[in-house]
Amino acid sequence: MNDVIKITFLFISLILVQVIVLNNVLFWDYINPQLYILFVIIYPFRKDRGIFLFLSFLLGLFLDFFFNSGGTNAAATLFIAYIRLPLLKSLMRKSEIDFPVFNINKLQFLKLLSFISILTFAHHFVLFSLEYFKLNAILTIFSRTILTSIFTIILLIFSLLFMNKSK
Amino acid sequence: MQQIVNFIIKYKYFLFFLLLEFIAISFTIRSHSYHKSKFVNSANSITGGIYNRINSFKEYTNLKGFNQQLLEENTRLKNILAQRLIDSTLNSSQLIDSVHYFQKYSFISAKVINNKYNMRYNYLTIDKGSKDSIKLDQGVINSRGVIGITNSVSKNYTTVLSIINESSKINAKLLRSFHFGTLEWDGNDYNILQLNDLPIQANIKKGDTIITGGKSTIFPEGILIGTILDFNRKNNSYKSINIKLFNDMSAIGPVNIVTNFDKEEIQILEETTSNE
Repeated sequence: MNDVIKITFLFISLILVQVIVLNNVLFWDYINPQLYILFVIIYPFRKDRGIFLFLSFLLGLFLDFFFNSGGTNAAATLFIAYIRLPLLKSLMRKSEIDFPVFNINKLQFLKLLSFISILTFAHHFVLFSLEYFKLNAILTIFSRTILTSIFTIILLIFSLLFMNKSK
Repeated sequence: MQQIVNFIIKYKYFLFFLLLEFIAISFTIRSHSYHKSKFVNSANSITGGIYNRINSFKEYTNLKGFNQQLLEENTRLKNILAQRLIDSTLNSSQLIDSVHYFQKYSFISAKVINNKYNMRYNYLTIDKGSKDSIKLDQGVINSRGVIGITNSVSKNYTTVLSIINESSKINAKLLRSFHFGTLEWDGNDYNILQLNDLPIQANIKKGDTIITGGKSTIFPEGILIGTILDFNRKNNSYKSINIKLFNDMSAIGPVNIVTNFDKEEIQILEETTSNE
């Protein structure tokens, strides 16, 4: 029960932070960090995967409603939600994973960083590819993916640190 | 049968993932086509309400600029009125009738509560909706020029397809002559648009003013757009005429929505003509 409240709170607050704060912060007019994928990173691993996929999809879709962006955020968030588990398995040695008690904060910093970075890059790449939807814009897609990802990753790490401190 | 069930159970997450991804991508493709009613838009009461709250805070930071804009517009309108006075003394008896019977456009005021300009398909949200008799495909302008076209309408809010949206096409003409072209956006700089299909006969110079053409039923003729920034001539045709907007598309405050009273009549007439 406690977990349900926590997840609902996280879900709503991430949407609000993204819409109210981050959407009004545009670096150089084009870079808009997408902090809301923090949801995918810290969602508990022990929970049912189907619900997790659906919630990620829903989170993206809510943001699409705000941004008038069709289904781009939903598709991108769902994609990283699906690859999260295989990615983590490939990053760790098999024996390290003990899912019932596994916590993202127990990862070594380098592994955590690469986990976050790969998810962020994947998310932004899907997001911008769907937004541009053209093969000849591939360079723009890459440059926007990389630039935006840097800002998103910095924000994600700071918020993870902040959440650990406050516990 | 057993095998199919086993297959579904084994790959249930993957199949679920594919299903949701299919839904998301179909929303995306729908949003990229111009004339389709969209399910995912910010003209609903939840998103509109939140944007309205945010905007009531943000408004204060921009008050100075908006005041300046209103002052400019008032000055311009007063100048037009001052010129009109001479005409009205000549045929004042007709003027009342002409206002009454020949009014072609009316304007509704609204506030922009959300403005996106960092994407390829940009939309604005405004705080008026169907209860203020706003309909689809109405022009949205402000004192400095064209903003966009209404796209989806809910009871209290409306989304506007911005002119800096890749699927936006607006009829535009030169102020100095009657040559017209199509105003489009290439997706790069949000204050620079492109004028395409302008015939080579049009003699253009840097700094020429571009206004709306009045060929469509959406915008009245003569709404400001911008000035020519630069252009190339290639193979006896104009290539990439860049237009610098009068508006700053990243800071849009109060706007007007244009209602064209003759719209239906023109559309019915044009349909019957093309059917014959």
